[in-house]
Amino acid sequence: MDQATGHAIWHGIEHVFVEQSLVAAFAVVGALILVSNFAAKRLTNGRVHGSAIAIVLGLVLAYVGGVYTGGKKGLADIPALAGIGLMGGAMLRDFAIVATAFEVDVVEARRAGLLGVLALALGTILPFIVGTLTAVAFGYHDAVSITTIGAGAITYIVGPVTGAAIGADSTVMALSIATGVTKAVMVMVGTPLVARLIGLDNPRSAMAYGGLMGTVSGVAGGLAATDPKLVPYGALTATFHTGLGCLVGPSILFLAVRALVG
Amino acid sequence: MIVLGVALLAACTLIGVYLGDLLGVALGVKANVGGVGIAMILLIAARLWLSRRGRLTKGVQFGVEFWAGMYIPIVVAMAAQQNVVAAMSGGPIVLIAATGSLVLCFGAVALLSRIGRRDPGSGAVEHGGSVIGGETEPASGPAASSVGKG
Repeated sequence: MDQATGHAIWHGIEHVFVEQSLVAAFAVVGALILVSNFAAKRLTNGRVHGSAIAIVLGLVLAYVGGVYTGGKKGLADIPALAGIGLMGGAMLRDFAIVATAFEVDVVEARRAGLLGVLALALGTILPFIVGTLTAVAFGYHDAVSITTIGAGAITYIVGPVTGAAIGADSTVMALSIATGVTKAVMVMVGTPLVARLIGLDNPRSAMAYGGLMGTVSGVAGGLAATDPKLVPYGALTATFHTGLGCLVGPSILFLAVRALVG
Repeated sequence: MIVLGVALLAACTLIGVYLGDLLGVALGVKANVGGVGIAMILLIAARLWLSRRGRLTKGVQFGVEFWAGMYIPIVVAMAAQQNVVAAMSGGPIVLIAATGSLVLCFGAVALLSRIGRRDPGSGAVEHGGSVIGGETEPASGPAASSVGKG
């Protein structure tokens, strides 16, 4: 086979992948999970969940894709893999999260309702305090910047929404978003590692976890990697987290910071 | 019919997200407030309503559970499109703020999960796990024996 033929074949494959983007994404992700399950069984003797490996592998590929293309959407910025962006985008992600509610045991969910509310409150306040203290430690003295960075520690959506509402500048916004994205990635990777330590093995603790961690992508990834049965309970509380953060960030939290730093 | 299950799921999602948007506007927030959570509650209510009337057919169940089973692959695709480069190059302030809040929140989960009794979880929870894990034959057995308890 000469070089020209090889080139033509390669182009043909790429063309199919671009044209059939979502279908290609199904095939690629399926292959990724197949490899991960195999690795989980053979290399870790089943100690690590196959989906945990698949998610970490996804993140590694997102890094490679980001370095290779210079874009913001990881693997999805490669034209032949653009379908990954649709498959893992907010629309289908939320659709699948809602579907998991079909498996919810109502008795369990109702029993943990109050716990979920408490977790939501803590999950907003604790990261905000850590974020603001870090901002102060690194020399930020104005209430707007401190609040925006603190809000980024809640989630990467609360950060920019709050920043835009109170008029933060773009470098602080970028810092705030990066904090939220880093947190989401760390939640995905860290959850299966600490799950047993923090008692994350039943619907009650999953609801507390969802409210405390907040970041929907982090919680979605973290619970999928830990134990699929916990997914709907964690998601149920986590989906209220961003809205709550966007509500109190530019209002109560900003006013509190401004009262403190003047 | 399978499509009715998918349509039910879609309708719940659309209504939930719409209500979440409305709630955001009502609260003066530039974000959707709990739209997906509302959609989940709607779907749970729909499931209970259908099963009480004996209308929860295998087809409807399969239409929803297929998407529950696609959850993990979708999450893997989501992971593959994160801005990991930005996360890795955020510098010390980003790392400290993210790690600090993560450790504190994990600690709070440990505390909260110790409040009250710890139940091992019902059969319904375990069954749900195998559906979401994509392992179970969907809609096996009499239409979700676990449903009626709610």
